Amino acid sequence: MSLQRIWKRPPMIKSSLLRWSLVVGGTFYLALALGTMEVNWGRVADGLPRAERFVMAFFPPDFVSKFGAIMDGIYESLWMTVVSTVIGIALSVPIGLGAARNLAPRPVYLFSRGVLAVSRTFPEIIIALFAVKIFSFGPFAGIVALSIGTIGFYGKLLAEDIEDMSVSQAEAVKATGASWFQWLNYAVQPQVIPRMIGLAMYRFDINFRESAVLGIVGAGGIGATLLTSFDRYEYDTSAAILLIIIGIVMVVEYSSGYIRKWVR
Amino acid sequence: MLQLSSLTKQYKTGDKALTTVDLVIPDGQVMALIGPSGAGKSTLIRCVNRLVEPTSGSVQLNDTELTTLSQGQLRKMRRRIGMIFQEYALVERLSVMENVLSGRLGYVGFWRSYFRKFPQSDIDEAFRLLERVGLDHMADKRADELSGGQRQRVGICRALIQNPELLLVDEPTASLDPKTSRQIMRLIRELCQERKLSAIINIHDVLLAQMFAERIVGLQLGEIVYDGPPDGLSPEVLTQIYGEEDWEATIEKVEDEEDEDILVVAGSAIGGAADDAAGAN
Repeated sequence: MSLQRIWKRPPMIKSSLLRWSLVVGGTFYLALALGTMEVNWGRVADGLPRAERFVMAFFPPDFVSKFGAIMDGIYESLWMTVVSTVIGIALSVPIGLGAARNLAPRPVYLFSRGVLAVSRTFPEIIIALFAVKIFSFGPFAGIVALSIGTIGFYGKLLAEDIEDMSVSQAEAVKATGASWFQWLNYAVQPQVIPRMIGLAMYRFDINFRESAVLGIVGAGGIGATLLTSFDRYEYDTSAAILLIIIGIVMVVEYSSGYIRKWVR
Repeated sequence: MLQLSSLTKQYKTGDKALTTVDLVIPDGQVMALIGPSGAGKSTLIRCVNRLVEPTSGSVQLNDTELTTLSQGQLRKMRRRIGMIFQEYALVERLSVMENVLSGRLGYVGFWRSYFRKFPQSDIDEAFRLLERVGLDHMADKRADELSGGQRQRVGICRALIQNPELLLVDEPTASLDPKTSRQIMRLIRELCQERKLSAIINIHDVLLAQMFAERIVGLQLGEIVYDGPPDGLSPEVLTQIYGEEDWEATIEKVEDEEDEDILVVAGSAIGGAADDAAGAN
């Protein structure tokens, strides 16, 4: 048996012409792009000491002098987060069910997917801009924006989780003569609930961070306080606010990990 | 009595899974349905409770025509047909008790089932069934904590608590070891005898089918090619169902069902004989 059969892993892109033109084209574009980027090193050098002064102005963080305003902002943010997460998830459950191909009839499926696509297209800040125009300034606009964002996020992931569920478990419950809602409660819900609780925690986390951004367009929350402190050059207060945001996000992160372990 | 008349199923892809199948199963008969993968065994039993919609033909259970029922009537009818699944198909994150009680879903309203407030008679029956299969102490365990054989027993309880007139059994032993397989098959047969239940059992294992069924139907490419007693399975018949192979070892008589250890030994001896036969060829 002197005949040796050669084996090489088949390439991902079969056509060698296409393969090589992608490599060459990609490299060429990257080189061009890097070459086009103009960096004015003089301005970078000028900026460095400014950056230093700016960063130094954050220290020491000042929690005290604007304590009342900071706490009001935090409370408002937390309240917006809770309300928008609850409303968003409540609305996304029916839409998520409708957007699961194995559950919903075709027209319902297409409609629900459409709703999800629209609410996912716009970032929360853009929706908040609209909401502020419609409902004027304040946390209500922020809640509307965050709820819509939550629907897009949660509804899509719920639908995908339902589509991935075990067919045989669902079939078994259906075969007992269960009604549609009983089937949902006994076959679908147990399969998706642990992941959904984890995602609810994650979305809470996202909504809180987003609420800090939404204040910038006037949609309420800690972001408004943060922006005011920037505008008044009270960087020490800004630093305090940022630290509190980081702290709360860490607390949510930690407890969501704990809860997720517990519901598995 | 279950009566299938010229039952036909053609999938959207064009594959014809069943071709004008006629079959009558009298009350209390345990029938094994054998045949190669893709012969239409699963499709056949799923056409009975319409988890798969038959293309044409009729299915009658005790004089009720099942193929023309509305959705509401279909749910009511499904209560009368218990189903046992390959790989158990328990809802894994629900407890053993919830899985058993889910067999009563067709009989209780939504809110009762939502709050797990089943009638006491259902709960008594659930405990009685679990006790019958030796699992009453596991009632509050989560289904995914059980072993394969235990899970299948819970699956059997779920089907029986429906108080069915017919059992549809889809590859009950597909992922069980030989000993557990026999125990599960024996349990199914005993329960059928106790309750005068008729059953259709899809099964790959010809030996098990012969041991535990009183009638064997062989399906090939959606058509019945054998219908008769277990000892009528000659090498010629098996060749007709499955294709050319050395069948002598498969149809060895195994009569002593009660003593499992002997059975297992006999089983391995048969396996060895098959190897020898293959070697000789």
